[in-house]
Amino acid sequence: MTIAFGNPDRPNSYIGRSVPRPNAGKLVAGAGRYVDDVVLPRMVHVAFLRSPHARAKIEAIDVGAALEIPGVIRVFTGAEIAETCTPWVAVLAHLKGLKSAPQHAVAVEHATWVGEPVAAIVADSRAAAEDGLAAIEASFDPLPVVVDMRTALDAETPLIHPELGDNLTFQRLHEKGEIDAVFASAHKIVEARFKTGRHTGVCLEPRSILADYSRSEGQLTVHHSTQAPHMMQTVFAQHLDLPEAKVRVICGDVGGSYGIKVHVYPDEVATAAIAKIMGRPVKFVADRLESFATDIHARDHEIDGRIAVDENGRILALDIDDLTGIGPYSVYPRTSAIEGNQVVNLCGGPYDFQTYRARTTVVLQNKTPTCQYRAVGHPIATAVTEGLVDMAAEALGLDPVEIRRRNLVADDAYPYTSAANMRFEGLSHHASLDKLLSMIDYDALRADQAEARKQGIHRGIGIASFIELTNPSPFMYGIGGARISAQDGCTVRMDPDGSVVAMSGVTEQGQGTEGMLAQIVAEGVGVPVSKVRIITGDTQTTPYGGGTWASRGAGIGGEAALQAGLALRENILVIAASMLQSTPEQLDVADGQIVDKATGEARMPLEELGRIVYFRGDTLAKGLPRELVVTRHYITSEYPFAFTNGVQASYLEVDIDTGFVKLLKHWCVEDCGRVINPMLVDEQIRGGIVQGIGGALYEECVYDGEGQLLNANMADYLVPMAAEMPDMIIGHVETPTKESLLGAKGAGEAGTAGAPAAIMNAINDALRPLGARVTQMPFTPERILTALGTIQH
Amino acid sequence: MKPSPIGYVRATSLAHALDLLAEGDGEEKVLAGGQSLVASLNLRLIESPNLIDINGIDDLHGIAEDGDVVRVGALTRHCDLMACDIIARHVPILSEAAPLIAHAAIRTRGTIGGSVANADPAAELPACVVALDATIVLASKTDGERRVMASDFFLGLFETARRDDELLVAIEFPKIKPGERQSIRELVRRSGDYALAGLAIAGPTDAPRLVFFGVGDAPVVAAGAMAVLADGGSVDEAALALEDDLDPADDINGSAGYKKHISRVLLKRALSGDRQSDAA
Amino acid sequence: MTAPFSQSVEIGLKVNGERVRRTVDARRHLIDFLRLDLGLTGSHAGCEQGVCGACTVRVDGAIVRGCLTLAVQLDGADVWTVEGVTETGEIADLQDEFVARNALQCGYCTPGMLLTAAELLDAASTPDRTHIREQISGNYCRCTGYEAIVDAIEATAAKRCGMPVPALKEAAE
Repeated sequence: MTIAFGNPDRPNSYIGRSVPRPNAGKLVAGAGRYVDDVVLPRMVHVAFLRSPHARAKIEAIDVGAALEIPGVIRVFTGAEIAETCTPWVAVLAHLKGLKSAPQHAVAVEHATWVGEPVAAIVADSRAAAEDGLAAIEASFDPLPVVVDMRTALDAETPLIHPELGDNLTFQRLHEKGEIDAVFASAHKIVEARFKTGRHTGVCLEPRSILADYSRSEGQLTVHHSTQAPHMMQTVFAQHLDLPEAKVRVICGDVGGSYGIKVHVYPDEVATAAIAKIMGRPVKFVADRLESFATDIHARDHEIDGRIAVDENGRILALDIDDLTGIGPYSVYPRTSAIEGNQVVNLCGGPYDFQTYRARTTVVLQNKTPTCQYRAVGHPIATAVTEGLVDMAAEALGLDPVEIRRRNLVADDAYPYTSAANMRFEGLSHHASLDKLLSMIDYDALRADQAEARKQGIHRGIGIASFIELTNPSPFMYGIGGARISAQDGCTVRMDPDGSVVAMSGVTEQGQGTEGMLAQIVAEGVGVPVSKVRIITGDTQTTPYGGGTWASRGAGIGGEAALQAGLALRENILVIAASMLQSTPEQLDVADGQIVDKATGEARMPLEELGRIVYFRGDTLAKGLPRELVVTRHYITSEYPFAFTNGVQASYLEVDIDTGFVKLLKHWCVEDCGRVINPMLVDEQIRGGIVQGIGGALYEECVYDGEGQLLNANMADYLVPMAAEMPDMIIGHVETPTKESLLGAKGAGEAGTAGAPAAIMNAINDALRPLGARVTQMPFTPERILTALGTIQH
Repeated sequence: MKPSPIGYVRATSLAHALDLLAEGDGEEKVLAGGQSLVASLNLRLIESPNLIDINGIDDLHGIAEDGDVVRVGALTRHCDLMACDIIARHVPILSEAAPLIAHAAIRTRGTIGGSVANADPAAELPACVVALDATIVLASKTDGERRVMASDFFLGLFETARRDDELLVAIEFPKIKPGERQSIRELVRRSGDYALAGLAIAGPTDAPRLVFFGVGDAPVVAAGAMAVLADGGSVDEAALALEDDLDPADDINGSAGYKKHISRVLLKRALSGDRQSDAA
Repeated sequence: MTAPFSQSVEIGLKVNGERVRRTVDARRHLIDFLRLDLGLTGSHAGCEQGVCGACTVRVDGAIVRGCLTLAVQLDGADVWTVEGVTETGEIADLQDEFVARNALQCGYCTPGMLLTAAELLDAASTPDRTHIREQISGNYCRCTGYEAIVDAIEATAAKRCGMPVPALKEAAE
């Protein structure tokens, strides 16, 4: 079956329309159900004693006084938890040489970062558990710490895990072409050092879990704020020694995730272990301080980059050396080597050149572990690439737009394999740039900039092209041995009254997954969207799937839903044809009715078909298939990833007296293939841009030399707020992937991928006449004034 | 985090509150607006305190004129300052400062007495109080009312001249006179944040008092710069004098050098009448 | 502990128009009181430090931070939460506009955002976008770019005044 996507007048044409989300109504009424809203009989609360030292030997934990505190029920040390819960090692076989140490749910001998759980205390309320924490007497032997990633590999630096032999977790060198020769003969070479600030996700709903274990049934039920319920089902089963069938993960409403909630957190696994030990419901909700100290961090990178160009402004080669610190453990099960690996894979991605060298060096340090956070590696690679391209343009006397026109991979060059050996099925860099320029009215903007400059106002225009990796295949994790599903499934069921229930393995964290799926299923089956009910986030009822990450919900989960919906329609038509003495080919389903395919004339409501199938099956032909439940799965196979592309522009003003940056406006043109719901995609992109702006201007986890996080609260760690954010104009070019009928690629990370680079280039465009340049994020007022030479350090 | 166990009592009158303070062990905390105190409790920065809730004391409310003075009750909320005509007419810097404090939901409960008694060096109102040469009215069971000049009130980081048995009951502000100016400006990364640096100005236009906030342990009177202006010096000369007036510390929000620099910028902009928005 | 100080106190107040009487721990803040004692889980705790705004509720006619208000302070108070203003229909137009313009994603900030916006809508007839952004500047939203929220508030204000309503935003084709 096919769908005439090009015809907006087709029946049930929900795909491509801005349909409001079906689950938004309950959320605006305050009727969402997040983990902390769930209360179970006999429920207890767990809180964790966390290491105050970045690196220490745990000498003794005296819990005697804590057990006397009113409300405290039980205290667990790491050794006690380890009797029930096995440790994990986060490596992937395809990332050669990647190594990490076994990590326990609660530290047993050594604490390796400030915030690592070292004991757990169970009480009848969170407040009482905290009273108990205050009464625990723990003694530590503080050890020398590793905080600076630049010295992590030095001979005199202590080893965080001596059994590993060094503090090097992973290193990869990618080389293509004769890089030294190309640089030696290049017309111009430009180089710079870039830094991206270590930052974190700051989900408004903190990490939350409520685990309950029934001893009589041997069943673990976990209410979990997570992006990947099936992955967590597998993790709990493996490490708590339970069959997967006896682990149910329920994921209700999730208060934001952005990659933060797709990882295995020691305190969460410990909570499930305690539930198994105690045989009762145990709740853990991180508070904000715990969130800053234990949610994964990301983007702690320093990158030396060089670009070689010829006299025509063509990019000849790119040379990248990336260094990143990931904390004391590679994070399970995705590992913490992926971000550096992505930097290697993505630098230079939009451009047509084939000589490339890139190295990433991933080292251990005694800070909060880092792992995948929205747009993994993309903001880093895009900032380095687009920063270098702008600097090359400056060196050549070219306009930033012109150098991009000369170097972006041509729109008719696909399929194309990049210098990093990434395979692109079809991208639209030039069409996207053209559209962006018309949206921003580039010439008028330049005129405005020139006029402002005459009055001493320093405005800048920044442009950043980017690619985004979406719809990953098993090449991302599965081939490395991680039990992370790249496949996803959808079960669609028609109920007797003709309404439809769809159960999907992808999950909703607010992106609008359920809305998107409802639109697809409604169109796939042929019913009004109001007749479709979507169920996600329950491993007991939904097909096994990967969940929502790497911008895969629409592209993978959506295609499975479409195929399931179309298959149900076919099954319906077989039954209808028999009832109406017609053939399936002569009939169709539209607006909840069996219709004549040629004329559209209504023949029978689905409700009648449902009545007959479910209650008067005796009247149907013997042997007639009557399958009104259909499951379909989908996995990509032609390309390891469905790459998307886009381009952003930022217009801003730098106050050169204070270093303050005022964002005037922001634009993004994005090609995520088929757009299923423009309204949802646009605000996804806007939200992503604002997260990118956070990294560019505000957000940084600041550590002292002892590995103490100095700004682990929302007053000192600055997130973007409404008053400083600009209005953002979003546009689309659509290049559907041919791998699926739906043609959708991901859109969730594009905003974050490109925004920091656009902001950086805009600031540097404003500063250029003053001879200053910034390359260290976040671009704080102080860093800008330092670059201007206004203040010295 | 949740607060540790708290003892609580609701003071029913000023006398009752003063009794409680007099009989206490000096560790009692006065709960006014609670916008800093309760945050500290939630973070367990204060362990098991006894709270004296003064919100029910009528005597502490109200803004009234008294000759050349406007008396502002300690429980006057920031939102009350914004809405008050007496303040707008006679102490306009407070009308200007109040909207700079945090956000609407905080201004609903936060009080002028609490802000001044808390003495956060980055807060707006303590700097205004010093710039205006206001009088802090304290009361205790033993001594009755005691008046302290603002310039003598702020002793250091969260430290004031208020004794443990005293309650801050009101602040008396001199009314603005013809030929005087009042203004406040600050630099904040985000609207409502504590200032990286701020400047409250009040007094004769040709010789105003300059009080900086966010750049020291307490509101900082820029005596050198004030003297330059009083002697008829230029704005640039006054800005140069800040070099000796200010001694900020490096902290997570910025280096001492940066804070000094933007303090000079604030001064120049304030005195040059540049009213452009400083939030970015 | 000296005699006059109590660790738990009986309070009587009105919540969403209903009389409530409870004995509460002095350390319990308003959000935990609403969520744990009354089962009103629509109000959320996000930072418990007064910064994020997720806990914003209405007390005696004005918005406050629920996490910076102790329940014991609220004897005799009149408290309204998102559940209450939903029930009365007071902000139905604002809620409809939030849904129509996708001014929420995960929904965790939404109750606080709605109550903050409602106060502005009551105070100002047609606030401009800068004014709207300033009013919600203490309410953190990590999902949206804030723009749809500003759009929804702006549109609600326009509708209440009978002014032309900004069109639903469509992508620049």
